[in-house]
Amino acid sequence: MRWHYGRSAPLPRFEYFAPQSLTEALTLLQERGQGGRALAGGTDLVVQVKEGVKIPIPSYLVSLRRIPELRGIDFSARDGLRIGATATMAEIAESPLIRERYSALADGAEIVGSIQTMNMATVGGNVCNAAPSADTAPPLLAHEAVAVVAGPQGERELPLEEFWLGPNQTALQPGELLRELRLPAPPANTGGVYVRRTPRKQMDIAVIGVAVLLTLGQGDRIERARIALGAVAPTPVRARKAEAALEGKAASEALFAEAAETAASEASPIDDIRGSAEFRRHLVRVTTERCLLEAVQRARTA
Amino acid sequence: MTRHTISLKINGQPYEVAVEPHWTLLETVREQFALTGSKEGCGTGDCGACSMIVDGRLITACLMLAPEADGSEITTIEGLARNGDLHPVQQSFIEAGGVQCGFCTPGMIMAAKALLDSNPRPTLEDVRLGLAGNLCRCTGYSKIYEAVLAAAERIG
Ligand SMILES: Cc1cc2nc3c(=O)[nH]c(=O)nc-3n(C[C@H](O)[C@H](O)[C@H](O)COP(=O)(O)OP(=O)(O)OC[C@H]3O[C@@H](n4cnc5c(N)ncnc54)[C@H](O)[C@@H]3O)c2cc1C
Ligand code: FES
Ligand code: FES
Repeated sequence: MRWHYGRSAPLPRFEYFAPQSLTEALTLLQERGQGGRALAGGTDLVVQVKEGVKIPIPSYLVSLRRIPELRGIDFSARDGLRIGATATMAEIAESPLIRERYSALADGAEIVGSIQTMNMATVGGNVCNAAPSADTAPPLLAHEAVAVVAGPQGERELPLEEFWLGPNQTALQPGELLRELRLPAPPANTGGVYVRRTPRKQMDIAVIGVAVLLTLGQGDRIERARIALGAVAPTPVRARKAEAALEGKAASEALFAEAAETAASEASPIDDIRGSAEFRRHLVRVTTERCLLEAVQRARTA
Repeated sequence: MTRHTISLKINGQPYEVAVEPHWTLLETVREQFALTGSKEGCGTGDCGACSMIVDGRLITACLMLAPEADGSEITTIEGLARNGDLHPVQQSFIEAGGVQCGFCTPGMIMAAKALLDSNPRPTLEDVRLGLAGNLCRCTGYSKIYEAVLAAAERIG
């Protein structure tokens, strides 16, 4: 880090392009080759370039701001939700449609940093930066979101579990861009919630995060359960054993306590400055239990 | 590296300016336009001292590259007073004692203005959330929250 009076950590030099279409952006990435990076809201990238630690200094940036194909949020009962990669956290949090049908995602988007951060940060940037603590990651995983990737050879679709490879590592190949995320329409009577644990309510990084979706059938029977955990493994992960322990059973506090225990056993956290592995596992248990109770409430009123 | 000529409006005035891609909007506004109200505290999005309103949205200008602002309308702290009359948020900060050293103040006031634009009748909790991205080393925040609530009354 270099610091001098009146200006902290100035940016190194790079070239900058602002393509007007997805095709133009992909052509640019292909022609200019290695060393380039997509720029969305810049809330991860500009910080990383200033600090010069996490990533190599890019030789050029391709701004996604003026690309219409990457924008927007649309829903249809048949195709589900489409979220353009450059939809901001504020747009997601303010969408009545997402609040109503994908409430866990609204919960995640509305706590990303400050008002300023939410106005800049995009969901595509959150997914492509691939932090294990990313706050939209567990909700997207619980909703079984698929990443639509555009590249020189056309488009391909990857479930997010295959998209994230490790901290700050994705399956994106050089020259590829995340175009959008597709989330299937949740079944009727589904309730979803995301809760993260942080010392400070806003402007903090998740010590752990838990997303839960529950779909209720006759007599409070759990037809479908989805649980995803953040910041407890190299990538956000599903807690599949806990999901299986819930499905087919009647919702009850005892069942939730047991499933939360199982979810905690599926977490493989590390010790770091934000918390010990043991503390994280404890938080996963209590938070999963709380999320299950909240999700069932939301499912009943869905 | 090539400069990019961008057009933008700052506090209602249209400009064209040639910028380097690695300049932030904050540096550009401070150094090319000599509008030094907006401050750089951290340079990494954490303190809010650089807050500006770009196309109606509050942002941290230390994280926005200058060429990204092409075509935008920008409001900085210098754009709030009208014909020498302070904005109600500015007036309330003075009266409530929400200013000590003043370094955080421009950012705080921009965040407060953005909050009141979207939520004219905020609760204390709304104010705390609306200003969560702005740090103050001096006041202990209480006087700032009082100022914002008083400004809401004043705008009423
Ligand atoms: C003050 C502050 C607070 C924060 N708080 C939180 C928080 O509470 N929770 C949280 O999860 N995060 C937080 N973050 C991190 C950050 O805001 C988010 O991860 C954000 O969603 C990143 O999006 P962006 O649009 O800014 O991405 P950028 O910084 O523009 O990009 C991030 C990375 O993704 C790549 N990329 C972006 N879009 C695409 C695309 N479409 N295709 C291919 N690659 C792409 C970029 O090349 C870059 O490597 C915070 C950041 C700051 C500065
Ligand atoms: S200087 Fe921009 S947030 Fe601190
Ligand atoms: S008044 Fe000094 S930092 Fe807020």
